[in-house]
Amino acid sequence: MRLDLRQLYKTFSLSELRKGMGVTGKHFLKRKTTIMYPEEKTPKSPRFRGLHALRRYPNGEERCIACKLCEAVCPALAITIDSEEREDGTRRTTRYDIDLFKCIYCGFCEEACPVDSIVLTDIHEFHMEENSERMIDKEHLLEIGDRHESEIAAARKQDAPYR
Amino acid sequence: MHEFYLALTGWLPQYFQTTLWICLKIVAILAPLMLCITYLLFAERKVIGYMQTRVGPNRVGPKGWLQPIADALKLIFKEIIIPARSNRYLFLMAPVLALAPALAAWAVIPFTDTLVLSNIDASLLYVLALTSMGVYGIIIAGWASNSKYAFLGAMRSAAQIVAYEIAMGFALVGVLMVAGSLNLREIVINQSGGFWQWYWLPLLPLCVVYFVSGVAETNRAPFDVAEGESEIVAGFHVEYSGMAFAVFFLAEYANMILIAALTVLMFLGGWLPPVEVEPFTLLPGLFWFGAKTTVVTFLFLWLRATFPRYRYDQIMRLGWKVLIPVTLVWIGVIGIGRFYTPVGHVFS
Repeated sequence: MRLDLRQLYKTFSLSELRKGMGVTGKHFLKRKTTIMYPEEKTPKSPRFRGLHALRRYPNGEERCIACKLCEAVCPALAITIDSEEREDGTRRTTRYDIDLFKCIYCGFCEEACPVDSIVLTDIHEFHMEENSERMIDKEHLLEIGDRHESEIAAARKQDAPYR
Repeated sequence: MHEFYLALTGWLPQYFQTTLWICLKIVAILAPLMLCITYLLFAERKVIGYMQTRVGPNRVGPKGWLQPIADALKLIFKEIIIPARSNRYLFLMAPVLALAPALAAWAVIPFTDTLVLSNIDASLLYVLALTSMGVYGIIIAGWASNSKYAFLGAMRSAAQIVAYEIAMGFALVGVLMVAGSLNLREIVINQSGGFWQWYWLPLLPLCVVYFVSGVAETNRAPFDVAEGESEIVAGFHVEYSGMAFAVFFLAEYANMILIAALTVLMFLGGWLPPVEVEPFTLLPGLFWFGAKTTVVTFLFLWLRATFPRYRYDQIMRLGWKVLIPVTLVWIGVIGIGRFYTPVGHVFS
């Protein structure tokens, strides 16, 4: 075993320790990257896939025609649809339930929909306190759609050239 | 102030009066110390956060300043769970055994020239004896928990503390040789004359060894194999919860501050200002002592934010094969320097 003087100097001058502490010391003074969440938020893509909604036409008629394509394409079997003929002869859903625990937010339902009825909004701040609250029904979905129609439409319009 | 106290309590029997006066002095030291410990916890989270370009806790109270209070309250209200088939007396005694020496050692720390609870002659020896006692708390905690992780942690901690105790003791021998006194107050007074007269310069290797052993002694990162979150969950205090756990926490941080204070006293001139000229000497000694201790304590946090945990065998190698030889060599150098140089006594 040869005595390596350079190695010995390196060890006893603690050069590597000082280098490491230099790195952390530099970061100590750096600008912090934390986002203060409820007050500050990161930007979201118009393609963000969050909570579901059912849309209406501008005249107030619901878009969904109960074609059940979304139910068929759903890989998680999260959508349940029942349908019947309405008085005016059109086919409409009587039941449109989404199980939020089953849903994987893949967005296939939105892609499959021929009338752009079911959409995934960019709402991601929602929670449930009871297990039973995981099912959202047609009424609730339409309500979400009504409440956020302008945002939903804006996001669809922004993304339209790339579809 | 003492006269005022005497006037106020003159009607009490004399022995009671004295006891009460000592108790008041103890409270006067421990209450600020406890406050320092709680805010050291906060400082640690903040500093490590900042070093990882985060901001650390900032939600409880203004800028997060009430965070340690919230933590303490949470721990107070938690249940203390005593594991089945553990030795409950030892189990509950262990945290106290860990904390008591860390607090008792403060009795001889001279905060300034005159501010010291008891100025005993062998105060350095007293401190050394008490800091070694801390390991009993850890060993007993590990053994009484009746858990293999706790036991492993305790064994590791014991081996580590025994190893580093020696290097620490030898580092103090160097200080003792140069200062010619075991009294902490005199050690500091011998360092007077400004920054370049402090003992860190002639005893630089010992200063580094002392600080490194101090980090190992307090089971702090990078020497925290005793708690090793990734392998043995939390080491000796896995089974502890609530206030019992909090007491271990307090002990660890009290030890940290104690080691920092001792480093300041023995190598960084205690309460002495760095330059003995007008603007610096005007500030009270307590300020300089506090400022230096804060800087050394910050170093503890800085180390933790920087280095990964040592492997067990690396710790042993560093302790036995590096630090102890270094101290031995430097003690020899000091001895020769004091007596056998052409220019006479090199050290003091």
